[in-house]
Amino acid sequence: MTRLLEVEDLEVGFGDVSAVRGASLAIERGETHCLVGESGCGKSVTALAIMGLLARNATRRAARLSFDGQDLRGLDERGMSRLRGDRMAMIFQEPMTSLNPAYTVGSQMAEVMLRHRGGTRAAAMARAEDLLGRVRITSPGMRLGQYPHQLSGGLRQRVMIAMALMCEPELLIADEPTTALDVTVQAQILRLLLDLQRDLGLAILLITHDLGVVARVAHRVSVMYAGEVVESAPVEALFAHPTHPYTSGLLGCVPVPGKVARGAPLGSIAGVVPRLGPEFRGCGFRDRCAHAAPACAQTIARRAAGPRHDYLCRLEPGLAGDAR
Amino acid sequence: MSGGGLIDVRGVKRSFRVKQGLFAAARHVAAIDDVSFAVAPGDVLGIVGESGCGKSTLARVILGLLPPTAGEVLVDGRRIAQMDRRERARLIQPVFQDPFSSLNPRRRVRDIVAMPLDAQGDRAGAEVARRVDAMLERVGLSAAQGQRYPAELSGGQRQRVAIARALVLEPRIVVCDEPTSALDVSVQAQILNLLAELRRDLGLTYLFISHNLAVVEHVATEVAVMYLGRIVERRETAALFGAPAHPYTKALLASVLTPEPGLGIPDTGLGDTMPDPSNVPPGCRFHPRCPVAIAACRSQAPALTRVVGGQAECHLVAS
Repeated sequence: MTRLLEVEDLEVGFGDVSAVRGASLAIERGETHCLVGESGCGKSVTALAIMGLLARNATRRAARLSFDGQDLRGLDERGMSRLRGDRMAMIFQEPMTSLNPAYTVGSQMAEVMLRHRGGTRAAAMARAEDLLGRVRITSPGMRLGQYPHQLSGGLRQRVMIAMALMCEPELLIADEPTTALDVTVQAQILRLLLDLQRDLGLAILLITHDLGVVARVAHRVSVMYAGEVVESAPVEALFAHPTHPYTSGLLGCVPVPGKVARGAPLGSIAGVVPRLGPEFRGCGFRDRCAHAAPACAQTIARRAAGPRHDYLCRLEPGLAGDAR
Repeated sequence: MSGGGLIDVRGVKRSFRVKQGLFAAARHVAAIDDVSFAVAPGDVLGIVGESGCGKSTLARVILGLLPPTAGEVLVDGRRIAQMDRRERARLIQPVFQDPFSSLNPRRRVRDIVAMPLDAQGDRAGAEVARRVDAMLERVGLSAAQGQRYPAELSGGQRQRVAIARALVLEPRIVVCDEPTSALDVSVQAQILNLLAELRRDLGLTYLFISHNLAVVEHVATEVAVMYLGRIVERRETAALFGAPAHPYTKALLASVLTPEPGLGIPDTGLGDTMPDPSNVPPGCRFHPRCPVAIAACRSQAPALTRVVGGQAECHLVAS
């Protein structure tokens, strides 16, 4: 398969804080790649860096940042805005803050089409109505004339998805798209995303902190910690053989109905995610790791744990993962 | 089902007046509609349901922060409405979801924890300081952290402060309203373990409200499932998770995404209609979303039926 998006050694800094410290990931066409990690690990910043949406005070560097063979690093704002909303689209956690409260659903959706593809407003509205139907919103014609505040959270997120699909993007970046929703609605929205992916051959970069979501939708998973991808693997391999101590620790924290004995304490990771500066060397997890040793302060080499499965730890595969 | 509990909720209703638009007539929205249950000392009652089902309103009524429109809440055999604030505070305390907004940003951690003791007004300064120190240590905060302001602490540490503040008066009941929803999973596990340890050591009773069913399964001894202001099923935890009786409970459990690859995303069978508390359907209020509704569900409200380990409100549940 051809790689649609390639990111190598991405670094993003805000003043003296390094938010992303050499993260690499690649997404193939039609693939769901989950970027998982806790707040502050740099997963949302990575997405914004790919989309060229970082705040002005941020600095971005990368050895490679390409979309369908096109280098994004040299692209100016006009070039990026031609891609955004057209060939790559993004949806966010809180649809209420991403939709414009002063415009109807229909006019916001039509604008995407008119901006990138031109054509008549009537044609754009027809496309919007068609897509609202595809994301299974009932009476789509009526919804076109409604304002975002008239919709429930689940409906708003469906509108966001439909809007992202207006120009048939090849890559959809979804940042915690279901975190604000009830579990029942979450299941519906995720099913919808997977159906659309199958029908349209969409590549999805899904950012989430929810390991349940990751397990159910991902083809491939990258685990981020303190600005680095500490482990990347196909989903089955990651859950069956977590190799980085952080990954196995994280999996141990999640209560699983019927699997974790009630009353028994959950696994937990003491301490908090550190904020690291540009001068930091070695493993970012070492202050919270049970396997930490002086060697962890040295630069760590990436190792292979299996086919397409790599991790960032000085330990041999099988040594760290046995914490579970 | 009433009587004998440490918390005894009897036929509680709570409605709100809602006005949509400047000239629209005000309507009454029933956030809680005739809810009764009892919680025995030392138990953890988990309350689950979708947003807007009334679970947080129920918590506020039980805490005495909101008077019920009808019915009564008894705590330790006495009506909460008739207790004075100090007395209530010694008996029942809350821990809220968002430790970023529930702590006063201008006060040091130790002053926040000392506040309930000061409010009681009958304790000497040295006694207050001693109990605050003991409480901070109990929840895993250092003396140095006691001198800090909330903004200097992480989300998990702030939630520890909120727990310390709730427990410093040695209450018998703690109402936890989504206590870990704003936290990362590794920190969530720390807080859940702490709450379990405190309950065991101090003999506490919890009302534990959460939308995360996996968390509720882990901490609760009994679970109440709320839908549009009513408890539609109340069972012992193992019974509920092992064999849910109500179709709504089944759908909720089916929606839980356990971290098991290869299982895909389940079809909840709930359809796209969302519940509207200002427009409660006739008959069984769940029937418009129910995948197995029969004719009776559209016209007749189902009666409470006994099932293994509890009860459920559904026409299809055989007694």
